[in-house]
Amino acid sequence: MNRVVITGMGIYSVLGKNIDEVRNSLYEGKSGIVYDPERKKDIIFRSALTGAIEKPVLKGILDRRSRIGLPEQGEYAYLSTIEAMKLAKLDQEYFEKNDAGILFGNDSSSLPVIQAIDLMREKKDTTLIGSGSIFQSMNSTVSMNLSVIFKLRGINFTISGACASGSHSIGLGFFLIKHGYQEMVVCGGAQELNPYSVGSFDGISAFSVRENEPTKASRPFDRDRDGLVPSGGAATVILESYESAKRRGANIIAEVLSYGFSSNGDHISVPNVEGPVKAMGMSVKQAGIDSRELDYINAHATSTPVGDMNEAKALDQLFGHFKPHVSSTKSMTGHEMWMAGASEVVYSLIMMQNDFVAPNINFENPDEFSAKLNIAQKTVNKKINIFLSNSFGFGGTNSALIIKKFIE
Amino acid sequence: MEKQEIIKTINTFLIEEFELDESKLTPEANLRDDLEIESLDFVDIVVVIEKEFGFKVKGEEMVNVRNLGDLYNYIIEKVNQKE
Repeated sequence: MNRVVITGMGIYSVLGKNIDEVRNSLYEGKSGIVYDPERKKDIIFRSALTGAIEKPVLKGILDRRSRIGLPEQGEYAYLSTIEAMKLAKLDQEYFEKNDAGILFGNDSSSLPVIQAIDLMREKKDTTLIGSGSIFQSMNSTVSMNLSVIFKLRGINFTISGACASGSHSIGLGFFLIKHGYQEMVVCGGAQELNPYSVGSFDGISAFSVRENEPTKASRPFDRDRDGLVPSGGAATVILESYESAKRRGANIIAEVLSYGFSSNGDHISVPNVEGPVKAMGMSVKQAGIDSRELDYINAHATSTPVGDMNEAKALDQLFGHFKPHVSSTKSMTGHEMWMAGASEVVYSLIMMQNDFVAPNINFENPDEFSAKLNIAQKTVNKKINIFLSNSFGFGGTNSALIIKKFIE
Repeated sequence: MEKQEIIKTINTFLIEEFELDESKLTPEANLRDDLEIESLDFVDIVVVIEKEFGFKVKGEEMVNVRNLGDLYNYIIEKVNQKE
């Protein structure tokens, strides 16, 4: 069995375009949520709240063929991966000569699909859609594009596991390296951030309608939460075997200890308590730690009434005896969905590197269940040695990763 | 539409869209070998032609288009036919 370490990370999110910006936002408890008036004009959304992100300009950075195959979340993922590669001291030449793979979490690419259909209907001719659309439209768009851009020669596909996609990608990369099938895997998650992609989600009344106070709308665990806020971006972590990292002289950020998973086998949209308990329990057992060693839990909590309640129950059931610090960074980011499992690992790693627990902003009044948890209302300055990161998704898919500060 | 105007329009999209250096855009330039335009790129050229000149390219008509001069002539001919 190989030890699996993290040697690079990168982030492009509503909290900032790189690790430095995101670290400051996390520490200050800054929200990335805005009111988007466009969502009340042509197509009426129930909620006009969304994460806000700056569109990258890649002209001059990437050649045309590489650019036109990238949807927006692919652009975000390109930038987060470039940042991760720099930190990991990796370049394209390394990937051309060594065996590295990619497993990225992504579960939609709606906008290019919609644009292609609009064009087909307007022009009545498929040859007028253009050559980039097909590569932008597939769910595997991120792994497909990045593997070509960076000349990756190992495993190459996309994990679609709803809002746990990014977490599962790290978990599966961890397993591949642990068991010796790969030396290095570029893992991560990406999420498109445009109105059309979340229209049907908005339609089932899952989103917060606290439109008069955008930055207060995402309030996981708070008594008065009324739904999630859609968000997006991309996050990358470079996983590799300890031997590979040592051989390359890479700076090791942390060690992945375990990947617990489960399926609720229950309702399509309503989470339960048992599934997450099973995934977290599996992760703790596999990590070979005493659960009291957990310094911080980055909760999945999205600010939905039932989801947060059931996660609070699960956390209390497993860790109620010692009450580790818990926060949901979704209070600041909104729900980054396919990307969340990866970005929240990056957020937690940033906290680990800088000795603080980011606040669960907007947690003003607990409900009966969140009252039993030790939720960080404000930034807590403390050392984090080991953290757990939860991600759950539609269909009852659960993932729980445990990551430890690296000690030789 | 004047011949020079058509050539200018084609060159402009090759420079702006395909990021080609203007000095490379000679009538003798082979599209594949000199300008590195691959088969996927032809799909986008078809889209631009429809947008700029208002006609739909048929795949078989492009078979003999090998260099930039051929492309100019093909488009000039089609535009004149239309007019």
